[in-house]
Amino acid sequence: MVEKKTNKVLLGIIGILSAVIFLAPFYLVVVNSLKTQKGFLIDVIGLPGKYFTLNNYVESFIKLNFIRSATNSLFITVASITLIIVFASMAAWMLVRTKTNLSMFIFLMFSTAMLIPFQAVMLPLVRIMGKLNLLNPGGIIFMYLGFGAPLSVMLYHGFTKSVPVEIEEAAIIDGCNKFEVFWRVVFPLLKPITVTVSILNAMWIWNDFLLPQLVINRPQWQTIPLKMFYFFGQFSKRWDLGLAGLVIAMLPIIIFYLAMQKHIIKGVMQGSIK
Amino acid sequence: MQKGTKMWFWLFVGPILFAFMVVQFIPAIMGIGYSFTSWNGIASKINYVGFDNYVRVFKDAEFFRAFWFTAKFAVVSIGTINLVGFLLALLVTSGLRGSNFLRGAFFIPNLIGGLILGFIWQFIFTKGFDAVGAKLGIEFLRGWLSTESTGFWGLVILMTWQMAGYMMIIYISGIQNIPDSILEAAAIDGASSLQVLKDITLPLVAPAFTVGVFLTLSNSFKLYDQNLSLTGGGPGNATQMMSMNIYNTAFGFSRFGLAQAKALIFLVVLAAVALTQIYLSKKKEVEM
Repeated sequence: MVEKKTNKVLLGIIGILSAVIFLAPFYLVVVNSLKTQKGFLIDVIGLPGKYFTLNNYVESFIKLNFIRSATNSLFITVASITLIIVFASMAAWMLVRTKTNLSMFIFLMFSTAMLIPFQAVMLPLVRIMGKLNLLNPGGIIFMYLGFGAPLSVMLYHGFTKSVPVEIEEAAIIDGCNKFEVFWRVVFPLLKPITVTVSILNAMWIWNDFLLPQLVINRPQWQTIPLKMFYFFGQFSKRWDLGLAGLVIAMLPIIIFYLAMQKHIIKGVMQGSIK
Repeated sequence: MQKGTKMWFWLFVGPILFAFMVVQFIPAIMGIGYSFTSWNGIASKINYVGFDNYVRVFKDAEFFRAFWFTAKFAVVSIGTINLVGFLLALLVTSGLRGSNFLRGAFFIPNLIGGLILGFIWQFIFTKGFDAVGAKLGIEFLRGWLSTESTGFWGLVILMTWQMAGYMMIIYISGIQNIPDSILEAAAIDGASSLQVLKDITLPLVAPAFTVGVFLTLSNSFKLYDQNLSLTGGGPGNATQMMSMNIYNTAFGFSRFGLAQAKALIFLVVLAAVALTQIYLSKKKEVEM
C-alpha cells in the first residue's frame, strides 16, 4: 500500500515536470513578447517587470496586416472544407452503394494516392495551374479539394458502410431522386464523420505553408503562415516583434482548440486509424 | 434506367474525382515525363534529355547529403517521438489527477503550424538556451543551431515536442482498448506493473505502434516547414533535408527537370520504406 502511494506521488511529480517542459517554450515566447527590446536583451528568462510593453503587439499586428491575412486564411480554409465535405461525402456514398469494378477501382486509386508525397507532384501542378490562370485563392481552394480528397473520401467511405440501406429504399419509394435521398436522408446521418473530416482538413489547410508559397504571388492574398515567413525575413533581428507576431498567429488555433478540444481529439483518433 | 444510374454516378463521384485528377494524378504522370527533360521552369521549349537527370542525381553530393541527413533524422525522431508519445500515454492513463489537463497540454504543439513552431524553437535554441547556458555556465547550451549536430538535435527536439502529443492520442486509444478482464486477471495473479506493461500492454498496443511509426516515418521524410524556419538548412547546407533540396534545385537553381527526378526518387524511397514497414509490423503483430 505504501509502495502504491509513493508511486502515485512519483507519477504526479513526473506529470508536473513534463507539463512544465512542454509548456516552457510558450512561456518563453509570451514573456519575451511583452518586453521592450532593451528588456529582452538584458534578460530572456525572467518576467518583463519594468520593461513591460504592449507595443510589440500593436506593431506586429499592423506589420503582419493581421486582419487581412487572417481573413485570407479563414476564407481559404472554410471554403476548401465546405467543398471537401460536399463532394467527398457524395462521392463516398455513391462508391459504397454502387458495387461495380469501376467504383472499386476509383476507391483503390484514392487509397493509393495517400502514399504520394506533395513534393512529387508540386512542380507540374504549379505549371498546370499557371496555364489555367489559377494561381490565386480560387485555384488554391480547388487544389485543397484535390489534395483533401483521398483521406476524406476514405473516412466517409468507412462510415457510410454502416448506414442502413433500408431508410434510403423507403425514401426512394416515396419518390425521392438520388440527390434528395442523399441530402435529406443520408447526409444528416453522417454528421459525426463530417465533424472529423472538417477538423482533420482544417488542421492542415490552416497551417499549410508550402502550397501557398508556391501558388500565391500577391501580398494581398497571403495567408497567416506565408505572411509570417516574410515577416521573419524582414525583421529577423527583431525578436521582440517576431515573438509578438508568433503569439498573434497562434491565438486563433489555441482558441479553436479550447472550444473544440473533444472533437479534435476524437477526430485525430479516427483519422489515424485509416 | 441504366443510363440514369450512370448519370447519377458521375454527378456524385465526378467533381471530387476531377479535382483529384487535375491536382494529383495528371501532375504525377506529367512529372515522370518532366524528369526526362531539361525543363527550367520558364522556357516554353522543353528538351528531352533521356536519363541525364537521373545520372546527375546520383552524382549530386548535396542530394546525398540531404538524403542521409533525412534518413538519420527519420530513424532518430521516429524513436524519440513514439517513445515519448507512449510514455505520455501511460502517464495520462494511469489514473493521475489532472490527466485531462496534461493531455491537453501535451497535444497543443501539434495543432500549430510547422513554420510557426520552427520560429518558436529558433528563439528557444538561440536565445533561451544561450541565456540559461550563460547564467549557469553550461557551455553545451550555447551556440545551438550554428553547427550540423546542434541543428540535427534541434530538429529532433522540435519534432518530438510537436508530435509526441499526437502519438500519445493514438496510444491512449490502444491502451484503453485493452479489456479490463485481462488486467483484472493479471492483478489477481499478482503481476507487477512492469510485467503488465511487458506482457499485456505492449503486445496489445502493437497495432497502434504500426500506425504511429508509419505516421512519424512519412512525416519525417516529407518535413519541410520546420526545416525551413528552424535552421533554413544551415549552417551552409548541413541541415538541408530532401524536401528542401528538391525545392532549392527547382526554385534556387531553375533546374526543374532535375528537381522532378529527385522528387520521383524521393517518392519511390518513401513508398518502399513505408510499405516495408507496414509489412514487417503486420507480420510481427500476428506472431505476437
